[in-house]
Amino acid sequence: MLDLVSNDQPLLVAEGLGKNYGRFAACRDVSFELYSGEVLAIVGESGSGKSTLLQLLSAQMAPSAGRVSYRMRDGVTRDLATMGEAERRFLFRTDWGFVHQDPAMGLRMAVSAGANVGERLMAVGQNHYGKIRQTASSWLERVEISPDRIDDAPRTYSGGMRQRLQIARNLVTEPRLVFMDEPTGGLDVSVQARLLDMMRSLVSELGLSAIVVTHDLAVARLLSHRVMVMQGGRVIETGLTDQVLDDPREPYTQLLVSSILPA
Amino acid sequence: MTPMIELRNAEKTFVMHLQDGIRLPVVRSVSFDVAPGECVVLSGPSGAGKSSILKMIFGNYRCDAGSIGVRHHGDIVDIASAEPRQVLNVRRDTIGYVSQFLRAVPRVAAIDVVGEPLLAAGIARDEARGRAGALLKRLNIPERLWMLPPSTFSGGEQQRVNIARGFISDLPILLLDEPTASLDGANRAVVVELVAEKKRAGVAMVAIVHDDEVRHLIADRLVDVASFAAAA
Repeated sequence: MLDLVSNDQPLLVAEGLGKNYGRFAACRDVSFELYSGEVLAIVGESGSGKSTLLQLLSAQMAPSAGRVSYRMRDGVTRDLATMGEAERRFLFRTDWGFVHQDPAMGLRMAVSAGANVGERLMAVGQNHYGKIRQTASSWLERVEISPDRIDDAPRTYSGGMRQRLQIARNLVTEPRLVFMDEPTGGLDVSVQARLLDMMRSLVSELGLSAIVVTHDLAVARLLSHRVMVMQGGRVIETGLTDQVLDDPREPYTQLLVSSILPA
Repeated sequence: MTPMIELRNAEKTFVMHLQDGIRLPVVRSVSFDVAPGECVVLSGPSGAGKSSILKMIFGNYRCDAGSIGVRHHGDIVDIASAEPRQVLNVRRDTIGYVSQFLRAVPRVAAIDVVGEPLLAAGIARDEARGRAGALLKRLNIPERLWMLPPSTFSGGEQQRVNIARGFISDLPILLLDEPTASLDGANRAVVVELVAEKKRAGVAMVAIVHDDEVRHLIADRLVDVASFAAAA
C-alpha cells in the first residue's frame, strides 16, 4: 500500500553525486530524496549517465563527488561510503534488490530456480530446507512460474521467465528498496506488458521503493510516481511522472515525449 | 462556507521547443472558488483552455504563475508549488479525476480497475469488489464482463468503467472531463444521478460538459473560460 504520509524521513538521499572517467563526466551534481513507497524512474537515452547513476546509488561504484545516504532498518541514516564492504554486501543481499537487464547477470544460470530463490533466504539466516523450498515455490507462483519448474535451471527458461525469476529472487527477502536497470529491456513487447503489469502490482502490494532506469517512457509511466530526465550526465528535468510526460518543459524532454510512436 | 478549491491568477503557457520555441499562451488570471457540494461547470469554446484548467488543478499540468489552493485534510495545499509526493497524497485522499479515456491497464479485471482507488485508501478487497460491482451494475455493464480486462471493451463501456472508477471513492473533490461524452441517454441519466449524490455528500466538483441538457442538470454555476483568454 502506498503510504507517503507517515514517513517523514527519506529512505535514500543523494547529494551532489558525480562520476568522472578521466576528464569525462559521466554523471554530475545529482541530488534527490527518495521516500518509502516511492518509485522513481530515471529516463534518458543511452550515454545520458543513467546507468552510471544507478551504479553510484547502489554502491557498486564509488562516486568522484558527493554521497549517498540510506536509512537502515534500525532507523539510522548511514553514509554508504563509510560502511564496510561486508556491511554493504549484507545490505545488498537483504534489504536491497537489484534487477539487471540481463537476467543472466542476476541469476546463477546453472543451478535450479528453487536454489536461486532460496539462496537469498539463506543469506538472511534461514536454514530449514522444507521452509525455504516452500517459500521459493510460493514466490515462483507469484511471478507466474509453475512450481513444476522449481528444479529446472534458469538456462532452460525463456527470457521472460528468467526475468520473472530474477524478480522473485530479489523480492523473497522483502527488501525495502529495489534498483532496476532496464528491467524490460531485452524482452518481446507482449512479454514486456505482462512483466510490467506484474511488477506494478508487486511494488504496490509490498509497498516497495524502487529506482528504475529505463529509456522507455511507457515503463516510466506505468511504474513510477516520479521521474528524473537525464541528458549529458545531468538531471535536466524532474517531477511527477504524468506531469513531466504530459507537460514536458525542457527541449530534450519534449523531444523524448514527442518521439513516442502512437500505439 | 470555506471553499474546497481556490484558484488565484493561475496562468499557463506552453513553450514548444521543437517548433522554434513558439509560445502558446493558454489561460491567464484564472480565479474562481468551488464550495463543498457545488458543481462548477467550465464553459467556453473548444480550445479555450477548459481541460488545461482541470489538469492544472489535478497537478497534471504545471501552473506557471498564481496559486491553486486545495483543502486537503483541513489544510490548504497549493498545487502550483507542492512537492510531487504532496500532490500524490492529495490525489489519493482528496482529488479524483474522471477523464474521457481510460488508460487501460493490461490484464487487470474491470471490477478491480474500478475498485483500485478503494484499495489504495485502505479498504478491504471484498468490500472494494462489492462496491465496484454495484456501481458497474448501475452503469449497465453486464456482469459477465466484470472479470475481463476493459482493454477489450467498446469505447462506451470503457468510458463507463472509467466513470465508475472515478465515482467510487469518497474523495471530497472530483474533476469531471466530459464524463458523458459518448454515452447513451440512459447512462447519461445515471451520471447525472451520481453527480447529484456527490453534491448531497458535500463533494466539490469542477466539470467540463458539452451536452447542454446534462450541463443544465448538473451545473450550479458556470465559469466562462473565455474570460481567462491569454492575449498572445
